[in-house]
Amino acid sequence: MTDHAFDFGGQRLLARPSGALYWPARRWLVLADLHLGKSERMARRGGALLPPYETEATLDRVEAEIAATDPVVVVSLGDGFDDDAAGRALPDAVCDRLGRMAAGRRWIWVSGNHDPGAICPRLPGEQQAQILDGLTFRHEAEQGQGPDISGHFHPCLRLAGQRRRCFLAGRDHLILPAFGAYTGGLDITDPSLTALVPEGLAIACGVRALPVPVRSLRRA
Amino acid sequence: MTLPPAFQDWFARQGWQPHPHQLALLEATGDSLLIAPTGGGKTLAGFLPSLVDLTAPHRGMHTLYVSPLKALTADIARNLARPVGDLGLAIRIEDRTGDTRASQRARQRVDPPDILLTTPESLALMLSYEQAPLIFGGLKRVVLDELHALAESRRGDQLMLALARLRSLAPDLVVTGLSATVEDPTALARFMGGAQVIHADPGPDPDIAMLETAKPPPWSGAGGHYAVPDVLKAVAEATTTIIFINTRAQAELFFQALWAANDQNLPIGLHHGSLSREARERVEAAMAAGALRAVVATGSLDLGIDWGAVDLVIQVGAPRNVKRLVQRIGRANHRYNAPSRARIVPANRFEVVECVAALQAVAERDLDGDPRGPGPLDVLCQHILLTACAGPFDADALYAEVTRSGPYVGLSRADFDACLDFAATGGYALRAYDRWQRLMQRGGLWRLRDPRAARDIRMNIGTIVEAEMLKVRFRGRGGAPLGEVEESFASTLSPGDTFLIGGQTVRYDGLREMVVEVTKQPSKEPRIAVFSGLKLATSTQLSQRVQTLIGDPSAHGSLPDRSRDWLALQGRVSALPRAGVLVSETFPHQGRWQFALYGFAGRNALQTLGLLMTRLMEEAGLGPLGFLATDYALLIWSLDPVTDPAPLLDPVGLREGLGDWLAGNAVMKRSFRNVAIVAGLIQRNLPGQRKTGKQATFSSDILYDTLRKYDPGHVLLRITADEARRGLVDFDRIEDMLARSPGRDHRILDRVSPMAAPLLLELGRVPIAGQGRERLAEAEAAALMAEAGLT
Repeated sequence: MTDHAFDFGGQRLLARPSGALYWPARRWLVLADLHLGKSERMARRGGALLPPYETEATLDRVEAEIAATDPVVVVSLGDGFDDDAAGRALPDAVCDRLGRMAAGRRWIWVSGNHDPGAICPRLPGEQQAQILDGLTFRHEAEQGQGPDISGHFHPCLRLAGQRRRCFLAGRDHLILPAFGAYTGGLDITDPSLTALVPEGLAIACGVRALPVPVRSLRRA
Repeated sequence: MTLPPAFQDWFARQGWQPHPHQLALLEATGDSLLIAPTGGGKTLAGFLPSLVDLTAPHRGMHTLYVSPLKALTADIARNLARPVGDLGLAIRIEDRTGDTRASQRARQRVDPPDILLTTPESLALMLSYEQAPLIFGGLKRVVLDELHALAESRRGDQLMLALARLRSLAPDLVVTGLSATVEDPTALARFMGGAQVIHADPGPDPDIAMLETAKPPPWSGAGGHYAVPDVLKAVAEATTTIIFINTRAQAELFFQALWAANDQNLPIGLHHGSLSREARERVEAAMAAGALRAVVATGSLDLGIDWGAVDLVIQVGAPRNVKRLVQRIGRANHRYNAPSRARIVPANRFEVVECVAALQAVAERDLDGDPRGPGPLDVLCQHILLTACAGPFDADALYAEVTRSGPYVGLSRADFDACLDFAATGGYALRAYDRWQRLMQRGGLWRLRDPRAARDIRMNIGTIVEAEMLKVRFRGRGGAPLGEVEESFASTLSPGDTFLIGGQTVRYDGLREMVVEVTKQPSKEPRIAVFSGLKLATSTQLSQRVQTLIGDPSAHGSLPDRSRDWLALQGRVSALPRAGVLVSETFPHQGRWQFALYGFAGRNALQTLGLLMTRLMEEAGLGPLGFLATDYALLIWSLDPVTDPAPLLDPVGLREGLGDWLAGNAVMKRSFRNVAIVAGLIQRNLPGQRKTGKQATFSSDILYDTLRKYDPGHVLLRITADEARRGLVDFDRIEDMLARSPGRDHRILDRVSPMAAPLLLELGRVPIAGQGRERLAEAEAAALMAEAGLT
């Protein structure tokens, strides 16, 4: 067993080593911050000419998660696209591939701060601002409005000298790591994350999902 | 050109006689390379033709001086002021470095001085301005100082590309290179595009020997602390001493050990590249003022301002490289025609042999140095982008210009085009979008698609990528800055850990806004300060001298008794490594089988060999558990013994391992990061504008993995592989070792051999475990959970 099972908001959830969240009772697969089209956006804006393969790399990993969990619902928890134009500029092959992955299941694109606009009509699925269905799913955690499940912050931690993406699970907020290939991270010692999750578990991604008490990583 | 009477009078008034090499440079008509020891009036020799020339009126910039060190340009400006003032010459001399004020830089672009003193990076920046043809069009002379040092790094490649550009802008340019003693002056002349070599009188032989110590060196270790009382005695007897130590961490530890025993309170300072600039400048000023009796330093003082008072150099630890040793010795006594005095302190018994071999090489004036490889392509990528910043260019013309510079003479058009394609579009196999365009071709000329991109390109100038460093300061508001540590070192610290920096023991409190916060902790023993990952490998020639010395018992008379006895015992119970024969041993120790290989190929190559051999041992089911590499030997421990090393040393098997498995290694990722930054794929983090928080750029490792998977033929991967082969991976030296020593001599022993014994005491073991990192992380996570009362 490489997942880590834990309870949040009264539900049993699985943190996958890949950074995806699985909700077994409902067979939901939740992926935060895919940032598809990131290299295209940077090139378009005159930034670095990064290797144009991150969308393919991210979708390879999404596909592996879908194959492993066979979900009924797939949720992209905001910032699925690096910006609205990047979402519209996705090549047809990428849209078709997403269409095949979404076949036979429900696919929900939650809007994020990077992609507030309408999704590209060539893409499968529906768009929602947030989901209230047994659990609350929104892109960015809202202080005092928990329990909610969100992304946005790209949490990371250091374990045995290595930086890893991680879940951050407190009483009021569960924050998912970024799933996209070219995504940076925010250390869980950052004040904005300390404010949202003062106590709880960090679950590091990697070969296995490794739980670590937040407090032991933040003591100083 | 001859020396005009006014200049002759000036020399006479100083009580000087012009050196023959100064006159030779004056008479030279084309490009020249002057090889002279320190203190030979080298710099004045380089400027003399310009000063004579400038007695006649001239408009615009006449002479450009390039030095590897910013500090040198300021020093030169001061030194030149004297003859210029005495002779009443109307010459404006200014420097232009990263420290020059913006207003002055702007003025220099419009109204350049007669003589401009600068660094390779600042020159590259100036050449990227649209006004470059105006600034440099009338240039007559270029002086390249400390060319031997520049040629050792990629800064030299960048400088030579800039020089090719200058020659196009000012076709009548005369170039003078100034260099310390090097092993192959003609190669250095080729590097600068061809030049007549002028040799100055090399001066008397140095007075160099091992430092007499009361205690013998220990069997292992790199500190040299056993010699502290003897070093202090030598310092007390000399006027001013520079104590060279090989690494920053060792310098910190040695400095602390010196002070712990410094009963006479001799003023001794510390100088290394991880200290804050303020701290370094304080020490330099104190040295210049004669207020210090000694300074403990690393390579940070290899070059630099002449301190006439220095009359002793002490090298602690094996010198690794004869040429560098000779150049360091030259730091003592900058008076021409007086012998330099130097003493060496081996850190352990193995190093005794290396020190003796190095002393013999110095006496024979046999300098080492590996031939330069061809100019690196990532530096060329940067040059292409900078050229585009200056204005539209023609690809054929640029190719012709680049191949006129020494390091790129052999550059193929295909490689040039690959670099141009990278600069223009990223050079990806997948061409999905027209947006991947930094350069575009219009009217046959290449230009920036968006001129605003020039700013980012210029910000990224430079060919040396420092490890990610974090500032260290005392906790609390306005805490004093102490220096920097590598981020990778900082990441291993837990609150409460102690380490040494700036000569004091401090306790790690935490990381705050990317600054390492510490408090003073004078009483606690420091954790070893491992904040420099750079370990210089012993040069090929010196390694071979050591191997030859060990393998020839008739030459052992030159060694101290203790070393002689040690080698004699090795010869009796096992075998002595010797020229042409690769000696290895298998023996049991503490319940494990040990395999020792005396390869004499340098630490980097033997580390790579360790990685490759343990992989083959894993396949052979020998259960390798870990290995250790030094400059001379490789030690591998395993569950089952190596009985026949031949299949593990098969070049074909090793090369296969290099191709697939090593490609995913951290060493390669580190090389890739450097290549990606220099070539301009990603921006370097500049000090002060370091990104914090979520905007932190994702690691270049991700780009490396992505390219390997989706675009394995990409030009940056090719450059990375080339760099790693020559640099950190050093595979070329493994192949060289196998070819040089076709004989094999494997001994199976019942106990550890005299030569292997010190290896068992060495630090720096590399554990081998397919899941090693994962297991470490799991153990740490489990411990933290248990500590928190969770399971």
